[in-house]
Amino acid sequence: MTYSPVRRTASAATALLSAVVFAGCTMLTPAPKDLDFSTSRSGERGIYRATIQPDASPIPLHRIHSWTVELKDVAGRPVDAAHIEVDGDMPQHRHGLPTRPRVTEALGDGRYRVEGLKFHMRGWWTVSFKVDAPAGNDEITFNLMLR
Amino acid sequence: MAKHTHAAAVAIGALLIGAFLAGRETGAAWSKEEIAQLESLWIGSQPPLPADPSNRVADDPRAGAFGQALFFDTRLSANGQVACATCHLPERQFQDDRARARGIGDATRRTMPLAGIAQGAWFFWDGRKDSLWSQALGPLENAMEHGTDRTRVLHLVREHHRASYEAVFGPMPATGPLPQGAGPQSDEAGRAAWRALPETDRVAINTVFANVGKSIAAYERRIRFAPSRFDRYAEAVLSGSEPGAEAQLTTDERAGLKLFIGRAQCVQCHNGPSFSDLHFHNTGVPAVKNLPADEGRAQAVAAVLDDEFNCLGPYSDAQPSQCAELRFMSKDTPRLTRAYKAPTLRNVALRPPYMHAGQLGTLEDVLNHYSRAPPAPAGRSELEPLLLSRREQHQLIAFLNTLSGPVVIAPETEPQTLQSRAIAWSIE
Repeated sequence: MTYSPVRRTASAATALLSAVVFAGCTMLTPAPKDLDFSTSRSGERGIYRATIQPDASPIPLHRIHSWTVELKDVAGRPVDAAHIEVDGDMPQHRHGLPTRPRVTEALGDGRYRVEGLKFHMRGWWTVSFKVDAPAGNDEITFNLMLR
Repeated sequence: MAKHTHAAAVAIGALLIGAFLAGRETGAAWSKEEIAQLESLWIGSQPPLPADPSNRVADDPRAGAFGQALFFDTRLSANGQVACATCHLPERQFQDDRARARGIGDATRRTMPLAGIAQGAWFFWDGRKDSLWSQALGPLENAMEHGTDRTRVLHLVREHHRASYEAVFGPMPATGPLPQGAGPQSDEAGRAAWRALPETDRVAINTVFANVGKSIAAYERRIRFAPSRFDRYAEAVLSGSEPGAEAQLTTDERAGLKLFIGRAQCVQCHNGPSFSDLHFHNTGVPAVKNLPADEGRAQAVAAVLDDEFNCLGPYSDAQPSQCAELRFMSKDTPRLTRAYKAPTLRNVALRPPYMHAGQLGTLEDVLNHYSRAPPAPAGRSELEPLLLSRREQHQLIAFLNTLSGPVVIAPETEPQTLQSRAIAWSIE
């Protein structure tokens, strides 16, 4: 059997097409379209609600900075004396924050100072707060899109 | 008839694919997102040089002039032949083109280029120093580099640089008689001599030693990149004007740029006007046979915390609150194993070999490495195989060649906080 020019074109086109599709497969998984970028969110267990207020707006790239986090219970009362752990991640990458931020001061009225936040890449970040307080444990996660 | 329909469908398909690929290749029209990426990489977006509160003379021109003299002074070595400039050659972008540096002996890492170095918070490939002045002290006492010690450094400053020193820092501290060769990093006899010194003398020697580092840093802070052809092209795109003769990128160079900010994901770590996030990544770079085990950033974390010349130490001019990078440093050692600082890609095509120990000889080797993404010798590589075609690798290399430009010494009188877009560059 001999290849006709049409067949050759067809197989070349198929090869090209599969190359394009294959290349597409190695791209970053896109961020979900319905991400919630609210700066005030409830925890996974619905015990607390947190509001974040970065010291700088827009949130800077490549610069270490601080946030204030306000923590309330379901009734809207401020939650003081909570132990809070902070962590960050880039869900599309194999790494998290370049720093280890932590709560450095309880400011009263359910407000806490978080120091040491730094973002070193554009794109989708998550920052989560694991809260341990008398009403129970909860985790509140925020989405950020840094451009 | 069926044959014709098939042929027509295939032809249309091929045309569509061709147009898609051509669009990808020429980069004739940049999307809004791509233009934002171009702007973020453009040298004009460089933020002001960050202040170094741990070094009160960082932007003092007299300290910079003194630091420049020290930078070229070969007497700052055990054999009188090694200066900072021995490995950081000014005519070679302040690096030495070797896989691994050679001072008194053979070092285990590649010399880093110095232009724009003061933009980052961490120094050396593994970030075992948290300031440029503290970094400058490391090689002086390293037996493979300068091989000297802090007591000899004090003698040298007293005998040959006293006036320059005192103009910046005031009177040199008085000490009792000092032995040659005393230092905490010296050989056994030198370490014993160091321990035998009175505390006041050790503090005096350390103070002068730290001030030597602070002066060298004041000089190094002025070493900058000037705009490359890419910057001129980006500036034209951002202003909506047609790139002039000096700002043209070829079809391949534009295609490489499109890959760089797109599918190849280079921009994930090589981002911003420094073309680096200035942080640490395991990219599966192979280990070098016959060199000691090297854990990269993971082994540097304890070293920088213990360092008496760090931001929180007694020789720092900073308040503890100004040492945020050190206080909130990531200590996640599994992730930091064999992680090394992403180097700037400005002028990268002019300085093979590549990686922290010169493991990869050419840009072709580097692109091949990123395309394959081999497993890391230790820790876990952050890379995913990019499976770049030869043509794509060639295009990326073509783009990297557009990042070459002059390395300049910013004028002494220039306030260090000016935006680089406003700087009138001068070459020394």
